[in-house]
Amino acid sequence: MSKSDRRLDIEEINGVTIARLLEKKILDEANIEALGLELFALVDKDGRKKIILDFTLVEYLSSAALGKLITMHKKVTVAKGKLVLCSIQKDILDVFKITQLNKVLTLCTDLDEALTKF
Amino acid sequence: MKTPVHFEATIPSSTTEGLAVQEQLVSLMEQFEYSMRDVFAMRLSLEEGLTNAIRHGNKLSPDKVVTVTCDIDDARMRVVVVDQGDGFDPEDVPDPTLEEFIERPCGRGLMLMRAYLTACEYSDGGRCLTMERERNSPLPILED
Repeated sequence: MSKSDRRLDIEEINGVTIARLLEKKILDEANIEALGLELFALVDKDGRKKIILDFTLVEYLSSAALGKLITMHKKVTVAKGKLVLCSIQKDILDVFKITQLNKVLTLCTDLDEALTKF
Repeated sequence: MKTPVHFEATIPSSTTEGLAVQEQLVSLMEQFEYSMRDVFAMRLSLEEGLTNAIRHGNKLSPDKVVTVTCDIDDARMRVVVVDQGDGFDPEDVPDPTLEEFIERPCGRGLMLMRAYLTACEYSDGGRCLTMERERNSPLPILED
């Protein structure tokens, strides 16, 4: 996969994987499917268990994208790991609140707070 | 005051085509200088409504089309999406926030549309969706 095709930028800090979502709009199916594959590979292929998803760049996301996050959460839980989401813009945070996924997923204000969860 | 605009499109059962229409409608909102909040609400609702029509209504059938009609003026945007599927009863869609459904990866589109739209109504047995958002609507209302 070329760098321009990637939906995630990966960094590791003290054994915690920080995956920055690179797409501004996580709306169309092809993008969402590709993002899902990259996310799931972090757990299924790379065996990562401590993962932070950084939403700084994300401006839009649909319910289909929420579905991928739920599946990712389940995968990490089954692997006895932890998934934390951080730096979510206000409009996107509303989507999590409306669907009450803020009660299922761990959401943090910024990366510093997210790192304290591990 | 800008002259109201009427827009119509008939698209195949393809989410890529749905996205193209969505971009055209968002562009119309920008021409009418709707707020970022209104655009966010409508874009999200259009994505959910069009995806439902294309994927769940027409089941991606190449033999079926989706028609999209939009009327926009300074006060509101109204979009009607019609598919050629078997229809459904919106009352049959379970509340995705219930404990037994909260971890299901799908089933949140209708809830999101209802949260963001001034009007979100299905007719013709679930084949016709009318979506409307008034300019500067306070929706969504969030419970603390």
